Formats: sequence, structure tokens, C-alpha cells
Amino acid sequence: MSKVEVRLAALLHSYTRGRSTVSASGSTLGDVLDDLDRRYPGLRFRIVDEQSRLRRHVRFFINGTDARDLTAPLHPGDKLYIVGALSGG
Amino acid sequence: MATKTRTAPKRRAKSAGSVQLLVATRKGAFLLRSDAARKAFRIEGPHFLGHVVHHVVLDPRDRRTMLMAIKTGHLGPTVMRSTDRGRSWTEAGHPPQFPKAADGAAARSVEHVFWLTPGHASEPGVWYAGTSPQGLFRSEDGGVTWQGVAGFNEHPMYFTWTGSGQDGTPDGPAAHSILVDPRDPRRLFMGLSGGGSFLSEDRGESWRPLNQNVRCDFFPDPYPEFGQDPHEMVLHPLQPDRLYQQNHCGIYRLDLPDERWVRIGENMPKRVGDIGFSIVLHPRDPDTAWVFPMDGSSVWPRVSPGGKPAVYVTRNAGRSWQRQDSGLPRAQAWFTVKRQAFSGDTLDPVGLYFGTTSGELWASRDGGARWSCIARHLPEIYAVEAAA
Repeated sequence: MSKVEVRLAALLHSYTRGRSTVSASGSTLGDVLDDLDRRYPGLRFRIVDEQSRLRRHVRFFINGTDARDLTAPLHPGDKLYIVGALSGG
Repeated sequence: MATKTRTAPKRRAKSAGSVQLLVATRKGAFLLRSDAARKAFRIEGPHFLGHVVHHVVLDPRDRRTMLMAIKTGHLGPTVMRSTDRGRSWTEAGHPPQFPKAADGAAARSVEHVFWLTPGHASEPGVWYAGTSPQGLFRSEDGGVTWQGVAGFNEHPMYFTWTGSGQDGTPDGPAAHSILVDPRDPRRLFMGLSGGGSFLSEDRGESWRPLNQNVRCDFFPDPYPEFGQDPHEMVLHPLQPDRLYQQNHCGIYRLDLPDERWVRIGENMPKRVGDIGFSIVLHPRDPDTAWVFPMDGSSVWPRVSPGGKPAVYVTRNAGRSWQRQDSGLPRAQAWFTVKRQAFSGDTLDPVGLYFGTTSGELWASRDGGARWSCIARHLPEIYAVEAAA
């Protein structure tokens, strides 16, 4: 089965051993993050808190469209971007 | 009243030896190692450059395990763990986190891990963590996995005791100063900013306030049962019924079982005052303590009073204080020292170390008599721990 293509910002590359693009399975944003966390332990909690809220300075885009809900659907071949809204001194 | 009663025999302290300093900063962690004379320090790091590091602590039980509380400005909090004294690090498998909230209940999430405390000597692998917002967490596997201490986090009075974000520090409300009685692993103390000081005698299953006679300048009732802001609370290892705290509203001493704190800061010079963040105890003399006062007047500048930094020491449990500023800048030095950023070693004479908000590390190898700067140009320093 084709998977979702996940592109990760540099601030998460320590989890993916330096890879900026990985693949993951799941039919929702939450499912995909769970799959990423199984393969890259600890990653999910850095970007989603224990109440399943997206962390304040992390943004998700599915095929270029802003996604702010873990129930957002994903389909095989979709592109998920996880980026950090970097700011501050 | 000052007392010399001790619960453990006084051991001869080493007069020389290398000291390691574990330095947490707003942009990463640094480890420093001294020579045997504590004159020269070699700095190593940064570890986790760019991460906000609130605390780095060595486990005194095995002298190898280190835990580090980190987050970044953009990623959530976690705990890193080293079993080779800081050479390599792995992330906790399950860092501190509150339980998923039931529908309609307040949904708390850990913003950062603020404080780390190794457990009792008889409980290897046990650690405690204090978080922002105020939460108490316990690990029984050396920091790999963490569970909330429900006796505090789910206490019926939790939200009353802890207040709201408005009652916390500018970086958020925090649980800190988690102290384990060396005579009894069930007896725990904890400080909340805000909230006050609390005591548990059953390993955290139940808690009660411990704030009698501690002033609250910022409340209509200046002496409430809880709601105070203890910046740092410490317990003497050889006389565990003796506690001190540097509070938002003064310096206090407690001699249990009397539960009324005594404001010993009133014996500080009036032009300096008794406001500050940190307090350090002499490892063998329960009557000796050091503080680093800050300007807590008017809008609370939180800098060295008059731009002239100084440590103050008491050697009689707070009845009098002496200024120690030899070697420190004489004027126009506007830093302060945060609550975890002042520490002492166990050698004789005692070595003292503090890190500043302006990124300088200062050391004294003679109990504060003479100070020298051992590192500068670091990021803002949040915590300094000394380990032999």
C-alpha cells in the first residue's frame, strides 16, 4: 500500500537520523503521527501534547493546506509537511 | 533557635578534589570539570545547543546517571538521560505528562520540566520531577519512564493551591524544591511558585501546606494558609528537621516539629533586603547558609542591588549575615542568580558556584571569601549543580 510522504523540518531530524523525508501509514493525521512515533520514539510528544493538542509553534500542512486537527484525513500518496514556526530570540 | 543537634555523625570532608559543574542554560547545557585544587576549570559543551535546559542533575547514588530537563522554544518538553556521566544521552521513553483529561475537565499539559531530584538513597532508580504548570512526577527506572504522583496532581485542592497562570512565574507556574528526607523516603517536601511549601509523609499520597508565618505581600491576607511563593527551599542533610527557604517575601528558617517559619531575612542589611531566588546550605553545618540578594523593590528589577553583586552568608542560622563580595564586580553589574543557579560542593573548605542571568559562572573555593569568574559569555544560566 502506498504511504503518506512526510517531510520534516530540521528541528525534528534528530529523531529521523537526519532524514528530512520519511514515509508513514495512517488514514488521519493522528494515525500518521502515531506511526511516526512507533518508528521514531519520542517524536510525537514533541509536536503534540498529552491532550492531543498541536503544539503552539508547530504547523502541519497536508498537500499544502493547513491542518490543525488530528482527525484530518490523509490518503496514500498525500504529502504531509511538519514545520516549526521558528521565532523569538 | 540555632541548634547543633545532628542525626548522623560528622564525617571528615575531603580538602581537595575535582568538582564537576552541571550548567543548564537557555540555549543548552555545559559541563565543567575542575583540577584538584578547584582553580582551573575546563568547559565542555554545549550539549543540546538551542534547547532550553532547565536542570541537569547527577545521581549521587551511582555517580554515573545524569538527567537533563529540556525543551525548545518550538518543541515540547522531554527528559534526556545519560548513564556515562554526560558523554552520551538518550531520551526518556515516557517523559512527564499529565493524564488525558475527561470531557469538561481542565486539560493540563506539561509546558516544561523545571526541576529534577534523585530519590532516597535506599531507592535506587527513583527520581522526582517538578513541572510547569505545577505537577509532580516520579520515575522508578532511573528516568526512563515517568508517572504522575496522583496524590498531588489529582488532589482535590490542586487547583485551589496552585492558582492560575497569573500566580506563577513569568516563565509559568512551577513545582520545584522537591526534597526527600534522608531518614525516611516517605517524607517529601515541595515548593510551588505560586502555591507555597507543602509536606507529604506518605511518599506523595497526601499533602498539606507548610506555610505558617510566611508572608504574602501580594495577597490581601498577608499570612494565608497557602499561596506563597517559595523561590527555593532546602533541607539540611545532617539535620533534616532544619529547612530554609528564599521566598518571594524574605528568607526563612524552619525547625520542625515547630511548623512556624522564622523570617531570618529581617537580619539582613535594610539597604540590601532579603529578596532573592536561591539559597545554599553548608553540607556539614546546619547553621551556615548563603544567599544572593536581588533588588525586589518597586517594580522588582531583579538585579543585584545598586548594581553591586554580593553573596551574604550566615553562620548562626540567620541571626546575622556577612557580605561576601571580594572578587565580584564593584559597580555597574546588573545580573542576578536564578533559583537553581547557586550551588555548593562538599569539600573543605566548601566550594560555591553561581551562574548569572548574563551568562557568567563565578566560583569560590573558600566558602565565599573570594570569588573568581570561571566562564563568561554563556547563554542565560538557569541552573548550576556541583558534583564531586
